[in-house]
Amino acid sequence: MLSFILRRLLLIIPMALLVVTVTWGLIRIAPGNFYISERALPEAVERNIREKYGLDRPWYVQYGKMMWNIVRGDFGNSLKYRGQPVNEIIRRHFPYSATIGILAYLLALLVGLTTGIIAALKQNSPFDYGSMAVSMLGLSVPNFVLGPLLVLVFALWLFWLPPARWGGISSLILPVITLSAIYIAYLARLTRAGMLEVMRSDYIRTARAKGLDEKTVLLKHGLRGGIIPVVSFTGPALASLLAGTVVVEKVFAIPGLGNIFIQSVLNRDEPLILGIVAFLSILVMVFNLLVDISYGFLDPRIRYD
Amino acid sequence: MNNNGTILSVNDLKTYFQTEDGVVKAVDGITFTLAKGETLGIVGESGSGKSVTNLSVMRLIPEPPGKIVGGDIIFDGTDVRALSIDEVRKIRGKRIAMIFQDPMTSLNPFLKISTQLMEVTQLHLGHTKQQAYEHAIKMLETVGIPDAKSRVDGYPHEFSGGMRQRVMIAMALSCDPELLIADEPTTALDVTIQAQILELIKDLRERMGTSVILITHDLGVVAGMTDKIIVMYAGKVFEQAPTKELFERPANPYTKGLLKSVPDPAHEQGEPLYQIPGLPPDVAHLPPGCPFAERCDRAEDICRSEYPPFVEINENHHSLCHFAKEVYDGN
Repeated sequence: MLSFILRRLLLIIPMALLVVTVTWGLIRIAPGNFYISERALPEAVERNIREKYGLDRPWYVQYGKMMWNIVRGDFGNSLKYRGQPVNEIIRRHFPYSATIGILAYLLALLVGLTTGIIAALKQNSPFDYGSMAVSMLGLSVPNFVLGPLLVLVFALWLFWLPPARWGGISSLILPVITLSAIYIAYLARLTRAGMLEVMRSDYIRTARAKGLDEKTVLLKHGLRGGIIPVVSFTGPALASLLAGTVVVEKVFAIPGLGNIFIQSVLNRDEPLILGIVAFLSILVMVFNLLVDISYGFLDPRIRYD
Repeated sequence: MNNNGTILSVNDLKTYFQTEDGVVKAVDGITFTLAKGETLGIVGESGSGKSVTNLSVMRLIPEPPGKIVGGDIIFDGTDVRALSIDEVRKIRGKRIAMIFQDPMTSLNPFLKISTQLMEVTQLHLGHTKQQAYEHAIKMLETVGIPDAKSRVDGYPHEFSGGMRQRVMIAMALSCDPELLIADEPTTALDVTIQAQILELIKDLRERMGTSVILITHDLGVVAGMTDKIIVMYAGKVFEQAPTKELFERPANPYTKGLLKSVPDPAHEQGEPLYQIPGLPPDVAHLPPGCPFAERCDRAEDICRSEYPPFVEINENHHSLCHFAKEVYDGN
């Protein structure tokens, strides 16, 4: 088990470097440049800029220099936010995204799992139909519609909650709900399907034949098998929730990482793009590893060596 | 308490399933009795209703789509159909226990063997953890699992198919049940293991005095083990007789066909094994006459138009056939 984890952790480094390389290549292939805006620059000015940023050197020298810095953990300074190290920008903005992300994740787990389990238990009941209809709605309504809608109702009509910005717990409620809605819906459906599948299996019939009551059958015998498909979804889901979403951050004016990421792409801010991409890819890989480890605890048939 | 030696009596049991294709009469008017200590074999092709009959006795029919729509199930003087689900749970696993067909899927893959064994006696016999654990080891030893003390904490995937079926049997016999229902206990096992498992059931039955219902599609399995046999087809009892008589003088063409299709080592080499032509009928759309008529080599016009009578050959021998007596007499 330990050697499995170590191996996977070590594998993250080359994988992240590969992701960075591909991203770098894509940025370079795309036309345009960070210093070019609508107006064409005088040739002398452009030459100076290229010289200053090392763009006049052959591509492999530039690539090697960049990789050498990255391997040492230094992504350099942002080109747009002058003088600010990429690491510092990420460190500053990530906590906002992470706070909302974690809260949305917990909310999604709590509501999604419970709803799914109850719906599966009471299959074809009004609760089942009702919750699955709502979750279909949750999956279909995009969050750029849901967010403003919630703001309209709870901030502008009812005056219960602040419409935007960061400040206090009350300001977290609407963004967290907006962000988690689609995950709640998806988790509820996934849990329901997983539970239904398991509750039809032979060993559940065995458990019932032993005289166990439905609650024990469900929680002791059914749940573990039922949530395995859910677990494989929650790892990548947490990663993408933590990374922040542009839409929710835009709608609620939250200074999170998602916003910065999009800005960096629009600005062709190469060091910042690479920094965030590397950070996110590591995040995804770590959570996937966590999912794989938790499989081992959930299912005794899975052993790592 | 009404117990003149009868442990289970099933009278005109009807279990139907509601499907998109119409009502499937999986079990349609089954009647039988089982005396204490007796072993009953229920034989039939897949889909003939043998498992549904026994799941009905345990009230384990998934509802919906299934439902017991008629008949009585009297277990040791108690009308099982009239009990609340909580009262049924007190019978399940304690007084009536079940072994299922596929030991590979019937044990919970996520839980230790010990956990799965212990929960039965903790529930029904009020065992403490320690007592239940020791009892679990004792049961595993009883069913012949070597090194039970160390294996009790293993997971099902660490056991072979035959060993898992032994665990299932240990689990079923944990509370010393009065009735053991074995639903195709050897179908999923290979032949050498089959014999061992049957021998084990036979041995335990004698030691514990348990009544047994043995469900199978393999006549060879029931031959040496049962006192009497029910042959089921399309949800109905086709023939019912003491084991010896059924093998020697069947009174139903279907039973005859089944007997003929048992491989016989003394059989002439090169001659193909007999098989009953056709497939079992779709029980959602049964013809008006005998459900077996299409496949029967003895069928006449009356078989296709009129539902056959349940003919009494003698007190213990009945057959659902227009020509039961003739078949019995060897024509």
